Amino acid sequence: MDAKEIIARRVAQLLKDGDVVNLGIGLPTMVANYIPEDIDITFQSENGFLGLGPAPQKGEEDWELVNAGGMPSTILPGGMFFDSATSFGIIRGGHVDATVLGAMEVDEKGSLANWKIPGKMVPGMGGAMDLVVGANTVIIAMVHTQKGQPKILKQCTLPLTAKEQVNYIVTEMALLKVTKDGLLLEELGPDATVEDVIAATEAKVIVSPDVKRYNFA
Amino acid sequence: MIFLINKIISVKEAAEKVQDGMTIMVGGFLANGTPENLIDAIVKNNVKNLTLICNDTGFPDKGVGKMVVNKQFKKIIASHVGTNPETANQMNSGETEVVLTPQGTLAEKVRCGGNGLGGFYTPTGIGTEAEIGKEKKVIDGQEYIFELPLKADVALLKASVVDKKGNMVFAKTTKNFNPLMATAAKVVIVEADKIVEVGEIDQDRVMCSGIFVDYIVGGDK
Repeated sequence: MDAKEIIARRVAQLLKDGDVVNLGIGLPTMVANYIPEDIDITFQSENGFLGLGPAPQKGEEDWELVNAGGMPSTILPGGMFFDSATSFGIIRGGHVDATVLGAMEVDEKGSLANWKIPGKMVPGMGGAMDLVVGANTVIIAMVHTQKGQPKILKQCTLPLTAKEQVNYIVTEMALLKVTKDGLLLEELGPDATVEDVIAATEAKVIVSPDVKRYNFA
Repeated sequence: MIFLINKIISVKEAAEKVQDGMTIMVGGFLANGTPENLIDAIVKNNVKNLTLICNDTGFPDKGVGKMVVNKQFKKIIASHVGTNPETANQMNSGETEVVLTPQGTLAEKVRCGGNGLGGFYTPTGIGTEAEIGKEKKVIDGQEYIFELPLKADVALLKASVVDKKGNMVFAKTTKNFNPLMATAAKVVIVEADKIVEVGEIDQDRVMCSGIFVDYIVGGDK
């Protein structure tokens, strides 16, 4: 199992029956592949629909039905389409239970940065600033380090996407819960030790007295 | 027989409504729901110094991105420009001012512009660059940023089915900013896949009223 699959599987386990969930582009989108069959999740796509389904089969793409990455998608029975103001009313209004997105940096207060590297790359925030403020639970799904450098910091250095909004950070090495005392290490990835996590994290890590290991059984 | 103002014009006539220096709104999300024929005609007209209000800047060969490549904007207000490298080039060279705005804030600014509101307070962007230079207010213990409405000279929309009064039906995810922008511009032009007689769209299925629409083009699909 590669790092991305480990992350997507563990994030999927955080979602609850009946949740409305928005998944970001890239790794977060993979979470949909690992939702347990006995729970009902409604996916929201910020470009304007509820009931996002799996990617279409080759040859069955409908270019009038795309996801927030602009790629062909499908809609499930019970879903609906709406305009962008309604979409973000749903998001800011607290009607999205969880949002899963990637980040360039996250810090121990739960602030995150993922929309701008000054002087290098300025793609824009898209819907991310609204999603992290509006969703009830914010889950960051990302690999633990970038080219060996920590991404989980004491304080973000890049321009923020939001201040103190993140609830969970899920990586291939660890599940960290953002608490007011700092980042609580609750679970370890399949191959990681507590020492590995501490070494790969710049932020202070508080080790839970009963650290568990990811369980995909 | 109902008396109807004829709103149907050619793409060429419609494109001429966009003049140098104007502010335009363009519907669509990553070119999904963007009126491509109108964009092509405006590229051909080569009008300059426009201000764009659009969710994103599309792709170099698709959507409003074609106008970016043709260097027609002095200012761009969008939530995301990462899919069109030409936007970044013009931003870095200083040719084009790019105002990045959170997507929900952008949608609501357009909605306010068309709905007679003077602005709104949003929690989005607190503690980020999005709050710089804006009034802040604490309401019920939560901090909010005050955002102003957006309006335009011309809105360019895409709809799937349009009747001769301009009543619109949008297909699936092509709705996005289109019905919002319909309300927020002095001149509203919709490019239709199909134009039908008044009454052919059941009133329950009309998604945005023709009262907002000045001109209709297309209908050839």
